[in-house]
Amino acid sequence: MGKIVAGIGSSHVPSIGRAYDQQKQTDPAWQPLFDGYEPVKRWLAEEVKADVVILVYNDHGTEFFLDCYPTFALGVADSYAVADEGYGKRPLPDFPGDAAFSEHLANHLVSDEFDLTLCQEMALDHGFLTAMPLLWDHDDTAWPVKVVPLLVNVIQHPLPTGQRCFKLGEAIRRAVEAYPEDTRVVVVGTGGLSHQLNGERFGHINEEWDKQWMQRIQDEPRELAALSHKEVMTEAGAEGGEVIMWFVMRGAMTERVEEVHRFYYAPMTTGIGLLALNNSD
Amino acid sequence: MSDTQERWGIPGTYVFDLTLSRQGYAINKMCNSLKFDENREAFKADEEAYMERYGLSEEQKQAIRERDWLRLTQLGGNLFFFLKLGATLGYGLYTIGAQMRGESYEQFMSTRNVPGAT
Repeated sequence: MGKIVAGIGSSHVPSIGRAYDQQKQTDPAWQPLFDGYEPVKRWLAEEVKADVVILVYNDHGTEFFLDCYPTFALGVADSYAVADEGYGKRPLPDFPGDAAFSEHLANHLVSDEFDLTLCQEMALDHGFLTAMPLLWDHDDTAWPVKVVPLLVNVIQHPLPTGQRCFKLGEAIRRAVEAYPEDTRVVVVGTGGLSHQLNGERFGHINEEWDKQWMQRIQDEPRELAALSHKEVMTEAGAEGGEVIMWFVMRGAMTERVEEVHRFYYAPMTTGIGLLALNNSD
Repeated sequence: MSDTQERWGIPGTYVFDLTLSRQGYAINKMCNSLKFDENREAFKADEEAYMERYGLSEEQKQAIRERDWLRLTQLGGNLFFFLKLGATLGYGLYTIGAQMRGESYEQFMSTRNVPGAT
């Protein structure tokens, strides 16, 4: 039977991808970031040993346009391309999907009243790409895990509520546990933490709020998920509102969780958070 | 205060809601087209004709002529899409952001914790 074996929260920032591709791992400005991810990468490789990663992300005007914008969209393909965001394709291998597992998720989640858009093609931008090579080693052609991309609309309000995202996570857990194959699944929620990319408040970050948030999502996720978008955006910036994607991950975990690792770094315009959680119950 | 600020009440912030998205749809549709190189070349060759083709309002066209990113935001431009216009014209994220804050690039960078992490 399927099992959720870890939950990861991780920010996604395009400059991290550029730094990775330009091999700035030992650049003084970037080394803290890469060092911060290393213990989690090791834990995932040596102990967690996932078969499939459900990665919750948002697209940034790369694959989806506003003409027809899904609230939740699930990849159901055998493979997913690395997108060109306008600066050339990043030198990462395309991602293997697990279409049978995706199909199971789609059937289960829709019958559980989550009416998802289902995608047989999905090119993945930095919303998806940023975390992957920081969490799993790859070579020129292959990844050690299969992936299922799950897109959430955090671009155009009305966004789904934090509570809805949490409940989607709970439904994912039920779906995974109903999967007949012995499949080890990691759920990664991406985005945030505090940042704002529009208006006179461009560059707003709130380190104190971010640090509290990484604790509260462990201890009182339901209270946190009940915050309104306005409350979150006032503190964490307009684009900080995308932290709701972490609730999908948290909802998929057990009531109590154990923190395996935490890292935080706010060098430029985003509070970059990494949280690795284990199920406690 | 623009309408979106009145709706949301977060100072210095333009929440991209459906009302703003509908107002800015022509801007964002045009900017989205600039993900293709041949369109970037067409835009650079004749900005006015390109903007006309996408039906931008005079106000929206003027904001683009002036490279006024804050005004473009107020008129419904979404940064994730107009970054493609920025890339076409040679304006990066931090240049755009500094301008929206009313600062020079250098002033903006001096407010960051680790300005080398770009």
